[in-house]
Amino acid sequence: MIPLAAEPLIRWDWIGDHASEIGSQVLEHVELTVIAVVIGFAISFPLAILAHRRRWTYAPITWVAGVLYTIPSLSLFVILVPITGLSATTVEIGLVSYTLLILIRNTVAGLGSVPSDAVDSARGMGFSRNQMLWHVEVPLALPVMMAGIRIATVSTIGLVTVGSLIGRGGVGQFILEGLRTLFQTEILLGAVLAAALALAADGALLVLQRALTPWAKGREEEVS
Amino acid sequence: MREETSIESTKLPMISLRSVTKRFAATTSDAVHELSLDVVEGEVVVLVGPSGCGKTTTMRMINRLIEPTSGQIVVEGTDVLKRDPVELRRGIGYVIQTVGLMPHRTVAQNIATVPDLLGWDPARTGDRVEELIGLLELLPELMSRYPGELSGGQRQRVGVARALAADPPVMLMDEPFAAVDPVVRARLQDQFLAIQRRLRKTIVFVTHDVDEAIKMADRVAILNVGGILEQYAPPEEVLRSPANAFVASFVGEERGLKRLGLITIRDVELEPVAAPADAPFIDDDRTLREALDALVTSGSTTAVVVGADGEHRGVLTLERISRELAP
Repeated sequence: MIPLAAEPLIRWDWIGDHASEIGSQVLEHVELTVIAVVIGFAISFPLAILAHRRRWTYAPITWVAGVLYTIPSLSLFVILVPITGLSATTVEIGLVSYTLLILIRNTVAGLGSVPSDAVDSARGMGFSRNQMLWHVEVPLALPVMMAGIRIATVSTIGLVTVGSLIGRGGVGQFILEGLRTLFQTEILLGAVLAAALALAADGALLVLQRALTPWAKGREEEVS
Repeated sequence: MREETSIESTKLPMISLRSVTKRFAATTSDAVHELSLDVVEGEVVVLVGPSGCGKTTTMRMINRLIEPTSGQIVVEGTDVLKRDPVELRRGIGYVIQTVGLMPHRTVAQNIATVPDLLGWDPARTGDRVEELIGLLELLPELMSRYPGELSGGQRQRVGVARALAADPPVMLMDEPFAAVDPVVRARLQDQFLAIQRRLRKTIVFVTHDVDEAIKMADRVAILNVGGILEQYAPPEEVLRSPANAFVASFVGEERGLKRLGLITIRDVELEPVAAPADAPFIDDDRTLREALDALVTSGSTTAVVVGADGEHRGVLTLERISRELAP
């Protein structure tokens, strides 16, 4: 326990005074997360398609993604600072690296979960390879792919807070500052906001997933 | 009586297999061996045989889902290997055992698959989908449902509707009714035969069930393991004179009864004699097999045949039925 004599658990007045700062940190947090997941998906998706079509590439692709995933985030930021400086780019490189393994694995699993009879009948009816991908495989892989995107998003929201060490940490900035100044209100504020963001993002993505896959209603257990 | 010998020279084959052989990589024997077979326009040819006889492989070579190792396959006058496979397949209806409906598309969207691929005008596609819903006797409210919400029998019918959507002259059907219970299967078979009598598609139908083959086929191709054609003839001929011991044993017991099941009473010359008072009545659209059953269960040797209008057509005797089976 941090000794904080005579301080209330939370100083609401401080929070009220810093509303605009809180707003901008939340926005930065969301921005860092969205950019990381979007770029991560843009890299993962073609790699997952490759791994799905050429099975032998799956092991090396996931090996590289696995190595990136294993590097502790703090060390990665420290290694990158001399190259990319104390910038959002440094944080994004780290964040994107951590999404790859989850996104590639889930996209490959999603493509693998597409019923083979749907693929066979689609081929027999004259779908070209691209039509098969976009009109059969991707839509049917979507529930499992979306599950991966949800996990990647939630874990990215958590990781963004580590970026506060190089000055780009979204609401993590409050945690770091609170720890430095032993100010409990700020620590709690950062922690609660990070958790709330994660829950909100997960919920929003679940709603999106349901809307995109109305046909999968009531059979998500089956897919996952 | 049906008197079919070899293929009439006036009808051109719609599908022609010429010495087709398929050997899969890493296997030491042919899956299909030197198979030659002509499918006449408007006929249902059933490929039947034990597992490993290459019936599905043969069917899948017709729309190039599998490429033959050697030999030639001609569909509508063109060598399939000279055609773009995607375009070829859009012109051939395709139904598989598990139906393979797209779970993420509604019934209407599933049926519209090939018209959509062909770029039909949406209004024309919509009309066609409604027409097929009617033809397959599906309830219109099913159109907006997803396949996961349908019964097995409904799914199979949607699969057939989808294969018919772009009105292809040729259809390939791989055990299309195998995934449902026997009662539903019999109903689907009857419905399909009724549709086929109107549409006269050229159909290659694969099954492992010899009774289904006899029921559905204009001509049965009995294949042995390794894709060897043992007999290719109308079902009646296969039952009357199996080409060899393999065919006889594959067709199984009760060949006589199965043959009687192919003959409709209407097609038999009836005797104008008077029937005893206790004689059972039977409709003339029934088969001789059903007539025999009626006779043996009633203990009579004579049945009164009644037409659709209720008029007496004559009588059918046990002796007359057994004469049908005489060599």
